[in-house]
Amino acid sequence: MTVATKPRPYKYVGTRPVRHDGLEKVTGKARFAADLNMTAQLHGAFVRSPHAHARIISIDTSKAEAMPGVKAVVTGADFPNLDIKHPEFDTAVNIMARDEALYNGHAVAAVAALSAKQAKAAAAAVEVHYEALPAVLTIEEALADDAPIANFKNRTLFTKDTEPSNLASINQFDRGDIAAGFAQADIIVEREFTTTAVHQGYIEPHACVADCGQDGKVTIWASSQGHFAVRSKTADSLGWSTDRIKVIPAEIGGGFGGKTTIYLEPVAALLSQKAARPVKLVMTREEVLRATGPAPATKIHAKLGATTDGTLTTLASTMYFDNGSTKGYSALTGAMSVASYKLPNLELHAIGTVTNTPRSAAYRAPSAPQAAFAVETLIDEIAQHLNLDPIELRLKNAVVEGDLTAMGVPHPKIGFVETLEAIKNSDHYNSPIPKGAGRGVATGFWFNIGEQSSATVNLNEDGTAAVITGSPDIGGSRASMALMAAEELGLAVDRITPIVADTESVGFTDITEGSRATFATGMAVVNACRELISELQQRAATIRGVDIEQVEWVDGTAQIEGQDPLSIAEITALAKKTGGPLTATASLNAAGAGPSFAVHVADVAVDEETGVAKILRYTAAQDAGTAIHPSYVEGQIQGGSVQGIGWALNEEYIYDSNGEMENASFLDYRMPVASDLPMIDPIIVEVPNPSHPYGVRGVGETGIVPPIPTLANAIADACGVRMTALPMSPPRLLAALNQRNGN
Amino acid sequence: MQRTHVNCTVNGDQVDFLATDDTSLLNALRDELGLISVKEGCGTGDCGACTIVVDDKINCACLMFAPEAEGLTITTVEGMALGEQLHPLQQTFLEGAALQCGVCTPGFLVAAKALLDRNPDPTETEIRYALAGNLCRCTGYDKIIRATQEAAVQMQTSKQRGAST
Repeated sequence: MTVATKPRPYKYVGTRPVRHDGLEKVTGKARFAADLNMTAQLHGAFVRSPHAHARIISIDTSKAEAMPGVKAVVTGADFPNLDIKHPEFDTAVNIMARDEALYNGHAVAAVAALSAKQAKAAAAAVEVHYEALPAVLTIEEALADDAPIANFKNRTLFTKDTEPSNLASINQFDRGDIAAGFAQADIIVEREFTTTAVHQGYIEPHACVADCGQDGKVTIWASSQGHFAVRSKTADSLGWSTDRIKVIPAEIGGGFGGKTTIYLEPVAALLSQKAARPVKLVMTREEVLRATGPAPATKIHAKLGATTDGTLTTLASTMYFDNGSTKGYSALTGAMSVASYKLPNLELHAIGTVTNTPRSAAYRAPSAPQAAFAVETLIDEIAQHLNLDPIELRLKNAVVEGDLTAMGVPHPKIGFVETLEAIKNSDHYNSPIPKGAGRGVATGFWFNIGEQSSATVNLNEDGTAAVITGSPDIGGSRASMALMAAEELGLAVDRITPIVADTESVGFTDITEGSRATFATGMAVVNACRELISELQQRAATIRGVDIEQVEWVDGTAQIEGQDPLSIAEITALAKKTGGPLTATASLNAAGAGPSFAVHVADVAVDEETGVAKILRYTAAQDAGTAIHPSYVEGQIQGGSVQGIGWALNEEYIYDSNGEMENASFLDYRMPVASDLPMIDPIIVEVPNPSHPYGVRGVGETGIVPPIPTLANAIADACGVRMTALPMSPPRLLAALNQRNGN
Repeated sequence: MQRTHVNCTVNGDQVDFLATDDTSLLNALRDELGLISVKEGCGTGDCGACTIVVDDKINCACLMFAPEAEGLTITTVEGMALGEQLHPLQQTFLEGAALQCGVCTPGFLVAAKALLDRNPDPTETEIRYALAGNLCRCTGYDKIIRATQEAAVQMQTSKQRGAST
């Protein structure tokens, strides 16, 4: 279902062709990093800290080196020590511990051997002498007055502090006068919310192959959201120059933000250099859960005031986001995520903590879902107390173009009101609530980003085309690039081959993150196509012996008055005679990313005997700007929704008192399966972004923001229990129901 | 280390390979036979990315030892298309955008085919339970369920057409 604000003016953009990389994926031929094997390849294994916090006194690798098949061993001593102020200092420390193991699972050494089995045996033979140190595992423990220091190298960002601290960062955003705002309010609600760490849960564990030559140059095949970032982070971690590293992107088996950073590549490169053979590193699922990026655990105190007509006057909130062992994902964006409402008076404190748990990483709209849980729950309570429709209350306070975000930047053209109205007018919202169930609504915001992208478009001899970019395709972006190129060139989508090229074959391109690939890399593709069209017009003029001014480009052909049109194929066939091959390249640092809003509604039944919350119906509306390939826009909305549903209802990190993760498997870290869910009905709202040639906003992230409060609000409606701690799993919901019943 | 000589049928071909007793069938299929569609997502039978058909029943290849394959008939997604013709499920997955990253896709296709082979007209609930052993983190399952429903309809229709001619 699509709610378009105007008739679609495009021939290809907005259609649903079969994706170009699809065939390889349904026939099992697609090569992900773990599927690649090189001649004379070795296999690696890690030694990981069994302590949540320890000083590494010594590491003896001699026994391991003498084991059968072992070709190289590396420890922290093999890596350069970066300056503490280096932007990749924390990444480098997380990749390989130096003198301090910062969490249970932190890599302290790695081995390469002829077989994976030999490598594993040798890793077990590495002797590490630790001195266990006191650890802090939670936000409360990190903030305690007498708290031990979790990481002696941590200094607090955005402060002048030079001493080690358990604070990663401190931010504050203010506007208006909160004392006056609360005085003006007729109703004030205030609660504290807690959420645990959750994992991105990509099905493909981290993997790479590195092949370092005797010249010191390395080729790395990597599964990542950005191979240029793999190159730069590997270079920084090793102190190598960029030209020594070539990164070839493999297919990526899910990322969701978690593959914007690196864990393996510098280790594989160093092992390969030492052994002078290719080295493959593949994490186990247990390693993925114990040592790669969860989204931060949070503790959020929020207080919201409104007048009786439903005008929100004031929000005061202190948000703690646990970064884990080193600075990971900051609390900053969590605070920004409350940008959906006019709220004249605002005081937001965003504080990052450091604990002896895995370093956090970006996870789809990082930090926004936790913040939305708090704010959207309080808004729901206000609507309930004032007996107002929750959508009407939000419409009354919704930001429009020119209103300020929490950071004080005015919103550009946005579609929040249109998205709220799409749910308000939806069949779901206008249907009766199933007997015994409750209904919840909530909204989400993500600002999206632009950043740097490059694209090359080559026309083949027969007039078909290759579109080459540097953006790893994590959810159908190759199809989007081909659709935009098709629209520009007037060439059928199946005559265009979209390619993700390595770091030496295409211009620099930032990570596929911030919902930017279709927006920013798409703009580079469009610019390259437009340059190519100018050249095609010039060639047509040459062929026909007319002035270029007489050549018009219409629907994939050069039109010259009084003459037959020339197709791309006719022009490329004569390329040799008119100036050579037809190719164009464009690079840009994209500005004007369009913020995206989502509004979700869910009907939920609560089983009072078991505490199971069952979703009966779920509808998700989101402003896509323009949906380039609507099926994959729907897929982003549906996938984001279900990750949010898992976060809300089941997923959590459970540590024992020594900081060892107790549920480091997919059996015990319970992600949603098909039988847990209903269909997720997507509604694409299209309020085009004026800063993009086709109006793209970027759709990857916003969908994960509303589900947590949507389900919490539905549960409150169903059984009168306000859940303020995640996950809202059966034991917790049952406990809350018992408390409600006075048991 | 001593290795066992294993003979079995894989995707219709008689094959043999050598494997140590502690080699998983998953690793043997990938490393000895080059069947890279069989993915390791967890190694503990929880994600279904290595779902294969073993003598008409679906199994996680990571939960079997390679020597256990002796004499068995195994099908992976590499054996699903009929020559130049994709299986209807492969086609509906493509057309219905039922994959994003694609790493779980082979396991889903194998599990969905096993379902339709034994139950040609499943309800949505039956599909959801039949695929509950396969994790997908990208799609939210919606389009996978719909593509399976669509393939069931197409297979029923072509069967009826075949019967009426």
